[in-house]
Amino acid sequence: MAFVPKPDELARIGHKPPRTGWMDTPVDFRRGTWCYAAKPKNLQALELPNPREWSPERADWKLPANWQEIILEGLRERLQRFRSLQIFMDICVRCGACADKCHYFIGSGDPKNMPVLRAELLRSVYRKNFTTAGKILGKMVGARDLSEDVLKEWFYYFFQCSECRRCSVFCPYGIDTAEITMIARELLNLVGCNIDWVAAPVANCFRTGNHLGLQPHAIKDMIEFAVEDIEKITGVKVEPTFNRKGAEILFVTPSGDLFADPGTYTLMGYLMLFHELGLDYTWSTYASDGGNFGLFTSHEMMKRLNAKIYAEARRLGVKWILGGECGHMWRVINQYMDTLNGPADFLEEPVSPITGTRFEHARTTKMVHITEFTADLIEQNKLNLAPERNEHCRVTFHDSCNPSRSMGLLEEPRYILKKVCRHFYEMPENTIREQTFCCGSGGGLNADENMEMRLRGGLPRANAVRYVHEKHGVNTLACICAIDRAALPPLMDYWVPGVEVSGVHELVGNALVMKGEKKRTSDLRGRPLPDPHTAFGGAIEE
Amino acid sequence: MKLEELLAQKKSPILERWFQLLLETYPAETARFLKREENRFANPVGHTLYQGMQGIYEELLNGMASDKINVFLDPIVRVRAVQDFSPARAVAFIFFLKRAIREELAGEMREGQTALGDFLDLESRIDDLALYSFDLYMECRRKIYEIRVNEIKRRTSRLLQRTNLLAESPEPGPEQDGLRT
Repeated sequence: MAFVPKPDELARIGHKPPRTGWMDTPVDFRRGTWCYAAKPKNLQALELPNPREWSPERADWKLPANWQEIILEGLRERLQRFRSLQIFMDICVRCGACADKCHYFIGSGDPKNMPVLRAELLRSVYRKNFTTAGKILGKMVGARDLSEDVLKEWFYYFFQCSECRRCSVFCPYGIDTAEITMIARELLNLVGCNIDWVAAPVANCFRTGNHLGLQPHAIKDMIEFAVEDIEKITGVKVEPTFNRKGAEILFVTPSGDLFADPGTYTLMGYLMLFHELGLDYTWSTYASDGGNFGLFTSHEMMKRLNAKIYAEARRLGVKWILGGECGHMWRVINQYMDTLNGPADFLEEPVSPITGTRFEHARTTKMVHITEFTADLIEQNKLNLAPERNEHCRVTFHDSCNPSRSMGLLEEPRYILKKVCRHFYEMPENTIREQTFCCGSGGGLNADENMEMRLRGGLPRANAVRYVHEKHGVNTLACICAIDRAALPPLMDYWVPGVEVSGVHELVGNALVMKGEKKRTSDLRGRPLPDPHTAFGGAIEE
Repeated sequence: MKLEELLAQKKSPILERWFQLLLETYPAETARFLKREENRFANPVGHTLYQGMQGIYEELLNGMASDKINVFLDPIVRVRAVQDFSPARAVAFIFFLKRAIREELAGEMREGQTALGDFLDLESRIDDLALYSFDLYMECRRKIYEIRVNEIKRRTSRLLQRTNLLAESPEPGPEQDGLRT
């Protein structure tokens, strides 16, 4: 939000930004760019330090008296614990390969959003306190003291990194800037500087099992609501089970898909698919969120929240876990779970009960991504599909950062989309697959108070969508992440009106011909089905 | 020589100068990137700004129909409305065009090659552009607040409905059985 200037200020509008060096340009906490501070009750629930009422825009952050000591000790401890951090602090040669790869930099034009400079915010303090050259030569070698302004700058910019890891794709040394952000956020947490959009979901997840704090009966109600809608549309009554011991498979998905459109349509797609297969699976009202905002808080918090999924799998006695369309859940599972809580030896190596396919890559985590599961079903002709029921959708695919860059899941969603839709168009090469642009709201940053920042960060993604919208008439942006399903609709609303956001399994649900279904007259959103002869012509396009 | 002809002739240097002045509203590192990177997907802001400015300049020479102007002006203002600018600084780039033209045509103006009336008329048209920009800027900001409100509504209303905390009258129409639309 812009503040109205006084008359005398109006008379001196400067058009140029300050020419001070980056170290001497403190942050201006302008509303619309930062997230609200974590509420004390949420920090207390997690036994995190320094719970208090405070706001980033006020001068006094109510830090503990010895906050510098706490942070520097925290950094020392982490340098010893994570060899990667020590390397990332020392190895960067400032070649600039990452500089223009961050969506926040591209959209905002703020140089401190260049990954190299964002990392430098922490490195400068590291140099001053942990290297001989930094101690002696100070600023000459890019070292600086840890002042309150520096801490504020950390808060501003490390909660302006969505940990998407696009920059790390281009780093010749493989520096993972997301891990630098993770450590910086851990350090900020040591003195009680978190955002509520992260702390509240973590606190809720820790206590109730999901981000919103939905209790078991609410989860059951909401899934049953979807069951009713499915029956109205298809005439088929699907029968999900909850907390059922002895089921073969535990299904875990982000809770956002249970209650927020358009995720709810993806939920309907899952329920329909599992029913049609006769899958022996169960929902859990305790492990009721695949999302893990612990990843955006600290390693310990990530471990705590991840553990519930495996504890529930053990309690229910399932053989393996099927995971829904979620983004960062898969980074946790694929990159951290094994050493946090794994290996999950008490579970079996996942095997599709329908096709017999053995998912060897999930041997240790025992958790399979739903698009891997469904792509295998389609490839082995186990599904009866009517892609003409998606005739009204001209689809492109947004690779969610974590499944694409953290687990290499690139082909399966595309394979499914091409089988369930007849009009599929790729966005330009440098905006998809490993090079995909973030939605601008990942990393726990999809609050509403920072909408301006989200729209900046999502600009490069939206720009590529606009291109295929204008060139091919694309009207559907498919994705496999619940944060995408929440974050991309506002992004489209601002930058590319006329494009709707859809989960891959919503489109599967539209196309899936179910045994005993009535003639469908609407898609899962209740929109009348188009006449395939008049919609966009019959040819399958790519 | 008529002013229009002069402007057409000097299009390239005037546009370059205008673009340069706009780039100076960004930090130096950013300005370099916005100018250097030619791939429109790697550099959507630089591309949008330059394309828009070219279009606006053309329209300025060809009568300035408001619908056409908006096609070029909207993308620029839309970007600057979410960047770190005050409202004044966000739309000030329009006035930079006056400065670019004055600088580039200084010689011709001194020698009296262009009628003063034509020149004043051109400046008035640029003032109109600034007013359009202000409308567009306000529309973008209104949109941001609307998006925020919609997002909050979307998060909570479904939840209340689904947990049976709300019992509203159903929408009249063929789908009386309560199917969501």
